[in-house]
Amino acid sequence: MAFDENVKTEFKVIGQRVSRPDGIDKVTGKALYGADLSAPGMLIGRVLRSPHAHARIKKIDTSASEAMKGVKAVVVNSDLAEPEDDFFRDVKDNCLARDKALYDGHAVAAVAATSRSIARAAIRAIKVEYEELPSVTDVDEAMKPDAPVVQEGRADETVPAGSGPNVTTYLEFGHGDLEAGFAKADKIIERSFKTAATHQGYIEPHACLASMGADGRGDLWCCTQGQYNVRTICAEVCGIEATQLRVTASEIGGGFGGKTTCFIEPVALALSRKSGKPVKIVMSREEVFRATGPTVSSSSDVKVGMTKDGRITAASAKLRYQGGAFPCGTVEFGAQSAFAAYDLEAVRSYGWNTLTNRPKEAAYRAPGAPMAIYAVESVVDELCQELGLDPLDVRLKNAAKKGTLASYGPTFNDIGLVATLEAAKAHPHYAAPLGENQGRGLSCGFWFNFGGNTCVSLNVNHDGTVGVVEGNPDIGGSRASISMMAAEELDIPYEKVRTVITDTNSLGFNDVTDGSRVTFAVGLATIEAARAAKREMCKRAAQIWGIDAEAVVWEDGAAKPSGPNAGDHPPMTLAEIAADMDSTGGPIAGHHEVNADGAGVSFGVHLVDTEVDPETGATKILRYTVFQDAGKAIHPDYVEGQMQGGAVQGIGWALNEEYIYGEDGRLQNPMFLDYRVPVASDLPAIDTVILEIPNPGHPYGVRGVGETSIVPPLAAISNAVSRAADVRMSELPMSPPRVLKAMSER
Amino acid sequence: MKNFHINTTVNGDEAEFICEPDETLLDVLRNRLGMTGSKEGCGTGDCGACSVILNDRLVCSCLVLAAEAEGGKVDTIEGMADGDKLHPLQKVFIEKAALQCGVCTPGILVAAKALLEKNPDPSETEIRYWLAGNLCRCTGYDKIIKAVQDAAAEMRSA
Ligand code: FES
Ligand code: FES
Repeated sequence: MAFDENVKTEFKVIGQRVSRPDGIDKVTGKALYGADLSAPGMLIGRVLRSPHAHARIKKIDTSASEAMKGVKAVVVNSDLAEPEDDFFRDVKDNCLARDKALYDGHAVAAVAATSRSIARAAIRAIKVEYEELPSVTDVDEAMKPDAPVVQEGRADETVPAGSGPNVTTYLEFGHGDLEAGFAKADKIIERSFKTAATHQGYIEPHACLASMGADGRGDLWCCTQGQYNVRTICAEVCGIEATQLRVTASEIGGGFGGKTTCFIEPVALALSRKSGKPVKIVMSREEVFRATGPTVSSSSDVKVGMTKDGRITAASAKLRYQGGAFPCGTVEFGAQSAFAAYDLEAVRSYGWNTLTNRPKEAAYRAPGAPMAIYAVESVVDELCQELGLDPLDVRLKNAAKKGTLASYGPTFNDIGLVATLEAAKAHPHYAAPLGENQGRGLSCGFWFNFGGNTCVSLNVNHDGTVGVVEGNPDIGGSRASISMMAAEELDIPYEKVRTVITDTNSLGFNDVTDGSRVTFAVGLATIEAARAAKREMCKRAAQIWGIDAEAVVWEDGAAKPSGPNAGDHPPMTLAEIAADMDSTGGPIAGHHEVNADGAGVSFGVHLVDTEVDPETGATKILRYTVFQDAGKAIHPDYVEGQMQGGAVQGIGWALNEEYIYGEDGRLQNPMFLDYRVPVASDLPAIDTVILEIPNPGHPYGVRGVGETSIVPPLAAISNAVSRAADVRMSELPMSPPRVLKAMSER
Repeated sequence: MKNFHINTTVNGDEAEFICEPDETLLDVLRNRLGMTGSKEGCGTGDCGACSVILNDRLVCSCLVLAAEAEGGKVDTIEGMADGDKLHPLQKVFIEKAALQCGVCTPGILVAAKALLEKNPDPSETEIRYWLAGNLCRCTGYDKIIKAVQDAAAEMRSA
């Protein structure tokens, strides 16, 4: 039987707004998240954290704590295994500090006790002797040659001699002749920018329940974006064989990249191993802010040259990122995405990563891209203003398209940037009148998207229903999308399919729920698994009919004879074939295992109107529209949800959110009251326009949609505020005092 | 410290528990009564994930001591549906995709129900201000606000 290899464009189930299968559990309080599971005889784990930004740990005395009634285990760094690989050793040393506390909040020791109050007292009974060291939290300060040294010897081979002691990576790439390009420009603008570190801000703090037996076998329940990744990390950090550690992902209360690593899971396992009892650790919100991954903070210089008619002749970006106390590679994504929206003849990106005394950076939605694109899109907007050009026309004039050599190397295939820009231009929002103290801003955004390792099983049941087994936590409706793709491919009703997310011992390896990969890669694997099941069902029908399997096709949810020699047989539905499967060869299932590529990059354009209060410097978002290419929107509600959610996180980043450190290197705002994420009354409706430019790398044309949406808001809002306040803003967040100050200096 | 012995009513049923003096109502609901539908997002009254109704008032259960529930009446997300019949807000939240991860959802539903009982026909602005104490990091609130409006309309016409 033949299967169409081209991207499918006619759908029955795809594009519907069906109800998600986990909906009832989640609106009734039944769904179990990380902190919601308990085990008989369970102990409560708690972590002791450094009050210092940087300090040598001279001695940890746990004896008084261990002697307390009800305390069953105390662990420190040396209770964990010693991984050879730097990556895992860094995760370990972040979970429990080795010989230095590297940031305010760095875990130093942990206890397990029979009650919460005993655990709390046991933490207080641990005596740590610190020798305080000078600290540094600012990215530019940290790059200076005489900066306090966060960790010795962490520079990799890319770092040029003479760089400051905290620089760990340097990179540089691009194409064309910059000097010649700038010489052709009528106007050149060069500006420096800064962005604050922000936190993913998931509402569910990290939580886990670990149970490790004396036989070396363990079970771990936790909220994570990737149970397989947790298994890999914990196996390395705790010295357990992968197969002996079964990890089950709970329902997850948000992650946005922040739950792609481990902070407490290896500690809970170590405590459980030592005490012989299950151990539960739930982080407080303060711990989440102080010790889990915020994003990087950045400092950058961007230079762009433009002709009078709006053609960009050359562009360069120097990006300096700090990712906390351990090396991180995020600046590479920033450098690669900085100019992705443009078709440029001469372009160059430079990037540095530096260590600081801050928590270890964790991925945050399109990691590295928002701050780089913010700087570039700000300079492009200023050029448009200076040259009297329409900012959308200028973007269209320079837009990357199929065949464009991207600044980071590849040549683009089918991409949706031009269509997205045109949709923005045609939208009534772009032409709506503005009032006093109001300004309109726009920005392009980009994300690479990812495919990665994926493994799916699809099982046909005797009653004609179908079970899909996959390994990626559902963070925002993906069970529905996966069931929809299975139903579409099998041509059966959506309600006949149930998708479950399984543990690490029940299915082959799956990469983390990140890179906007799930609907793309798990979807692709599900479609292929369904095709495998269809082939098997056609074979079974052929066998019953006594004809060649090649003479059977799958249509309308049934096997049908086709071709000249197939004979005349009534179609057999999936349910009929399933009911008979015991006598035609046994269970029917389809599988697909793939390391998927072809994810297809995604572009978006955001349009925003703001009003700046000249008295207070406060910015109000008046109107917001998101335009984004989804390739194919499997479930439009959840695609819109990704577009809206990312936009609002970006609004927070642009206007309010920031990690504030004191001179002493301590975090001053580790709670939601002082780290203010957007609330409902801050916002207008977030309008969405989904574009569908099919991704040739997916059978239904899907591109990832989860990350691109956080990229444009930073510059779009900065451009709108700059126009409303009539002064160019170059630092985030644009909190009222900062805007007021800029206005007073104009 | 001595524990307290508390008698209260949760979702219409008698509930009896022992708690430490500094335990919150949220701790007891989750850890002693097995009702994990109310979530702890912050423990400091900033996120609303722990919203419950105590003696007919919307409260953050993380800011209420468990002992304060003595002789009182607590209503939680677990009591919102009538058997297997969902409350209109619950139904519309599913239909209109007003949740992504869903961890804020119990608190938002409890808070929205309290709003509609006070004001069956709230404006968009009124809904946005009423729910300003309930953080949602996933949705950008748009679909939540629309779902509350739709559920309100449905309840008015019922
Ligand atoms: S947990 Fe009570 S308000 Fe956040
Ligand atoms: S749906 Fe995730 S926090 Fe609201």
